Amino acid sequence: MTLLYRNFLFEVLCWRRRASERSRENRVEIFKKDDIIWSMYLIEAPVLFNKEIINKHYLMGLFAPEVSQEAQPGQFIHLRCTEQYDPLLRRPFSIHKVRKDTLEILYKVTGRGTSLLSKKREGERINLLGPLGRGFKINLSFTSEIILIGGGIGVAPLYFLACRLRRFPLTVFIGAKTKEKILGKEDFMNQGLKVKIATEDGSEGFRGLVTDFFFSQFHSSIGAIYACGPVPMLKEISNFSLRHNIFCQVSLEQRMGCGIGVCQGCVIKGKDRYLRVCKEGPVFEAGEIDWSKISLQGR
Amino acid sequence: MGNSPDLGVNLGRIKLRNPVLVASGTFGYGEEYSELIDLNKLGGVITKSITLQPEEGNSPPRLAETPAGLLNAIGLANPGLRAFCERSIPFLEQFDTRIVVSIAGEREDDYLRLSERLNHIKRIDGLEINISCPNIKGGLSFSQDPNKIFSLLKKLKRASEIPLIVKITPEAVSPVEIAQASKEGGAEAISLINTLIGMAIDVEEQKPLLANITGGLSGPAIKPVALRWVWEVSQNVDLPIIGMGGIMNPEDALEFVLAGAEAIAIGTANFVDPWTPLKVIEGIRKYLVRKNIKKFKDLVGKLHNRFSES
Repeated sequence: MTLLYRNFLFEVLCWRRRASERSRENRVEIFKKDDIIWSMYLIEAPVLFNKEIINKHYLMGLFAPEVSQEAQPGQFIHLRCTEQYDPLLRRPFSIHKVRKDTLEILYKVTGRGTSLLSKKREGERINLLGPLGRGFKINLSFTSEIILIGGGIGVAPLYFLACRLRRFPLTVFIGAKTKEKILGKEDFMNQGLKVKIATEDGSEGFRGLVTDFFFSQFHSSIGAIYACGPVPMLKEISNFSLRHNIFCQVSLEQRMGCGIGVCQGCVIKGKDRYLRVCKEGPVFEAGEIDWSKISLQGR
Repeated sequence: MGNSPDLGVNLGRIKLRNPVLVASGTFGYGEEYSELIDLNKLGGVITKSITLQPEEGNSPPRLAETPAGLLNAIGLANPGLRAFCERSIPFLEQFDTRIVVSIAGEREDDYLRLSERLNHIKRIDGLEINISCPNIKGGLSFSQDPNKIFSLLKKLKRASEIPLIVKITPEAVSPVEIAQASKEGGAEAISLINTLIGMAIDVEEQKPLLANITGGLSGPAIKPVALRWVWEVSQNVDLPIIGMGGIMNPEDALEFVLAGAEAIAIGTANFVDPWTPLKVIEGIRKYLVRKNIKKFKDLVGKLHNRFSES
């Protein structure tokens, strides 16, 4: 079984390599099928750093060579925030950045799990399961502009994606409540990317919601939209992309149990069936989701 | 084998290499976890309950975390009997471990048809009769009446040769009476316990955390309750028990064994640490060596001897 799986993986990797060697005119997708699963690992990952970058938002680096080398943008890792049994469950975090042997997560302290995580020090080990889930689909034939839209902590998975999309014309929209709460701006700019800011109080950039800012800047040569943020934002962007017939993927968040597709706990309503956020997601195409059934309560 | 203790144990006709199984609903059909642990090392796998037809399950949110516990209202989401036979059985057959298939239904006839169809599959070592799912309509009805479970088991015995295990809920009118009726009906073992019914409320939103309002509580929070029922049922009913409910580590497992469980199952802990079943097997082995006990069986129900005179 394991051998078969390795062979399969090897073939996929070779196939990927071949795919990337082909010319950009061919419409070749990195993920040919929807159900390709990458290897997952369960490891004790040493913490390299864990620092508060703005109020209640932390950046944590973990040493996890196997995971960082296999991870795809949009995938997540499932962390045990404590060795104790309370809080009991793991917490999912999208992968923010990947270097050779390390990966980083950008997270917001929202409850007891993330609060415990924020107290981890350099050298401590964290039980890590990953990489998990289905990441962003990247179409190598992109020639038109690609838009990334991140709302609040939603910028977390977009940085990893931006790194993989660097050779395409890319614009990043970042939304935040105030100037002080803008996340990731410098990182994107250091990559030489065009960054547009919207703040709800108007303290920087566009005054208002990032969705309204994007809609006001919309033009017909946009080829793809990738978004992550609060559900109401993702719903608006999805409906917009469907109306304009633009390829659009969104990364969703949901409370999870196992994280690997077993418990069926993290489902959301799809067009004709329930979809597991941990397995069929966390990245979905705009049209896959039944947005009328998704509760709009912010998280 | 040298000094290595004998971990083997029998649940009626079901012979386990070691007493550690994984509990229904927390391990799917083995595929996902097989990438993380070696299924050949497990005493057995109890698969997620299947029904005759595919079930999509309850509306989300389906999970809520509570202090040292997990509330779920999945609602028996499963691919149905046919997909299970076509995909999951061939997958599980690759492994040298015991396969216990959990079945669920609303009516007697559902259970009968399931067991008839599964009877043809040689590699199935046991059927766990889930009469205690708190999250579906009528899920608990068999647990309210010992006569009903007795008559169901009698019919199941005729429909299938596969050993029967009854999963009992502490929500039953009398778990001891249900266990006794299970024995009389021909069950070869019982699983104790299924989840307790609970709820949790979001105070800000002023609404339940689960769309289903109530759900089944599992995890360390329920361990003392589970242990109490294993203790009580094992004293009153002469039937092997698979003890479960909040087992997170070898010590938890050993408590169940001392209280009277022949075997134990790891449930919610699989979500927290997928290595738990293997850690528990190893921990039990080490404990037996340390206590100089040659056979695991000798440890089962040891607490009873101490209190048998009282």
